[in-house]
Amino acid sequence: MEAPLLDIKGLTVSIPFRDGERAAVSNVDLSVRRGEVVGLVGESGSGKSLSMLAVMGLLPRHVSVSGSIRFDGIELCGAPERRMRALRGRRIAMVFQDPMTALNPVKTIGAQIAEMIRLHNPRLSGAEVRERALGLLEAVAIPAPERRFDQYPHEFSGGMRQRVVIAIAIANDPDLLIADEPTTALDVTIQAQIMEIFARLREERGIAVVLITHDLGLVAGLADRMNVLYAGRIAERGPVGPVFAAPRHPYTAGLLAAVPSIDDVADRLYAIPGAPPALQNRPPGCAFAPRCGFSVPLCHASEPALARFGEGVVACHRAAELSLSTLSAKEA
Amino acid sequence: MLKVVVRRLLVMPFLLLGIVTATFLLAQFTKGNPLISIIGARNLGNAEIVAAAKARWGLDGSVPERYAIYVWNLAHGDLGTSFRTRQPVLTDLAQRLPATLELVIAAMLVGTLGGIGLAIVSAEFKDSAADHLARLVALMGSCLPVFWLGLIALFLFTVQTRLLPGPGRLDIRAVAPPPVTGFMLVDTLLAGDGAGFVDALRHLVLPAAVLGWSVMGIVTRMVRASMLDVMGQDYITMARAKGAGRLRVLVHHALANALIPALTILGFTFAYLITGSVLVETIFSWPGIGSYAVDAARSLDYPAITGVTIIGGLGFLLANLMTDIAYAAADPRMRDAG
Repeated sequence: MEAPLLDIKGLTVSIPFRDGERAAVSNVDLSVRRGEVVGLVGESGSGKSLSMLAVMGLLPRHVSVSGSIRFDGIELCGAPERRMRALRGRRIAMVFQDPMTALNPVKTIGAQIAEMIRLHNPRLSGAEVRERALGLLEAVAIPAPERRFDQYPHEFSGGMRQRVVIAIAIANDPDLLIADEPTTALDVTIQAQIMEIFARLREERGIAVVLITHDLGLVAGLADRMNVLYAGRIAERGPVGPVFAAPRHPYTAGLLAAVPSIDDVADRLYAIPGAPPALQNRPPGCAFAPRCGFSVPLCHASEPALARFGEGVVACHRAAELSLSTLSAKEA
Repeated sequence: MLKVVVRRLLVMPFLLLGIVTATFLLAQFTKGNPLISIIGARNLGNAEIVAAAKARWGLDGSVPERYAIYVWNLAHGDLGTSFRTRQPVLTDLAQRLPATLELVIAAMLVGTLGGIGLAIVSAEFKDSAADHLARLVALMGSCLPVFWLGLIALFLFTVQTRLLPGPGRLDIRAVAPPPVTGFMLVDTLLAGDGAGFVDALRHLVLPAAVLGWSVMGIVTRMVRASMLDVMGQDYITMARAKGAGRLRVLVHHALANALIPALTILGFTFAYLITGSVLVETIFSWPGIGSYAVDAARSLDYPAITGVTIIGGLGFLLANLMTDIAYAAADPRMRDAG
């Protein structure tokens, strides 16, 4: 089999606290093949964004990263800044969560797109850069690109700004796009348009995408495989179809149950009880055990290792014996 | 934006009138007798001389009368005649203002460029030794009194090492160029006097550095705080994600945004320096507004005092206006707002 485009092994991201470092992401494995869309799902604070910022090498200096991040055979973990800069924006690009804050308010849209092109193609002439930037605005379906080129971010709506952010991200035809909650800050109708753009980009340009989200609907619609992250660890990973049909981890089942369904005329929406543990007091055993309806003493005592089940992997002591469906999660 | 500027300009005369009124009244109610400096203490007993002097200098009317006359004259561009120099105040100010402006502009260059530079270093290397050092340097300028700094600077650079000339705007033996703008650097150039230009520049270095250093603290503090705030923004991460280098991110992306809130303090600092350069002007025998103000105050020279105050007030108002315009230039969001 072809080597994956992005191959993360044993990624651990530790944040210093007064009494020592704590791992916000621990021992995460993740791989993305060329042209593949991989969902990275989890609640806020589960370490989704941190692990992807680690890939970009954009974490603050005091945060320590260990493990291996191989991108197209190049080791990124501990790579010198020069190597990272050549990759950033050129081969790995990023789409940010909030388009209202991701664009520099004092630079025109055109200048911000042109910057991305120019940084990696210093020899292009001004006219060539402009032409390419206009083409990009067109590619993300921004009407009247000529006029929009010289406007500032505040003259754009949220959805239009996110299109600009995407246009910037794809400016140099990257191999990998890291999309960090790309639709969270947008209206539902705009979300659909943005996802359509992603789907098209993938089809036309064959860009691999890591889709960071807590929206399972997005994952179902766009991703090939998904990784469920809980408290900085992989809880479950597998192809989207099987995971949705038969989740193996109670947390995954809980997430799926929390998605309101149109057929399901419930009085109340389901929510997983409790909240994820804070970084400072992660439980000794399975991090999800305190919230889990299926937990047994073993769960509180020892941390489950990832085990293979069918096409996926699960980190749950009881994965073999439990038969989870969204329904049973609700009942439990 | 244009509306804001027009509105400011329209309000300006009223604000100035307020400043003039306050200063006029303050000067009137100050204990002391300006006649001492006009005719000398010896002649105060001579009723004839006193009456003549009072009539001559317009001190014989009641306060409201004198106020009305002053404002009337002011509206016609007449700031009165200085008791002390016996020259129209306007002439005095016109002679001295360029000297102060030259010094203040040079000091602003030192203060802002130095302050911004220190702020960048300090923000980029937050909490490191470089950060602490940069802040210490900036803070020292604000903490050490300028008259002391000025004297130490003169001692070190003029007396000890003879690297730079002493007080004044030009060498004593030098012939001043014909005053065209009043800015020594410009006038020497206009006169085609290269050596004079260098001489003027060398004379400007110490007072400008001392005065500039004194405002570096506030500039550094403001810009640093603003930089740290901006550095946490998504668009900075985005710029880095584009593959931009550290310097480009710092200057092109962060500084361009961080300077916007700092503009207020820059405008304010400029206005403050126009009248706040007194001590430096005194130490460096700089014939500017500051030293004129001190002399005026000491001899209760009402017209001169009020004249200086008007210049100071005008400076603040214009600096405010410039700040507004600079805001619009720096921030596209302001340009479109009212």
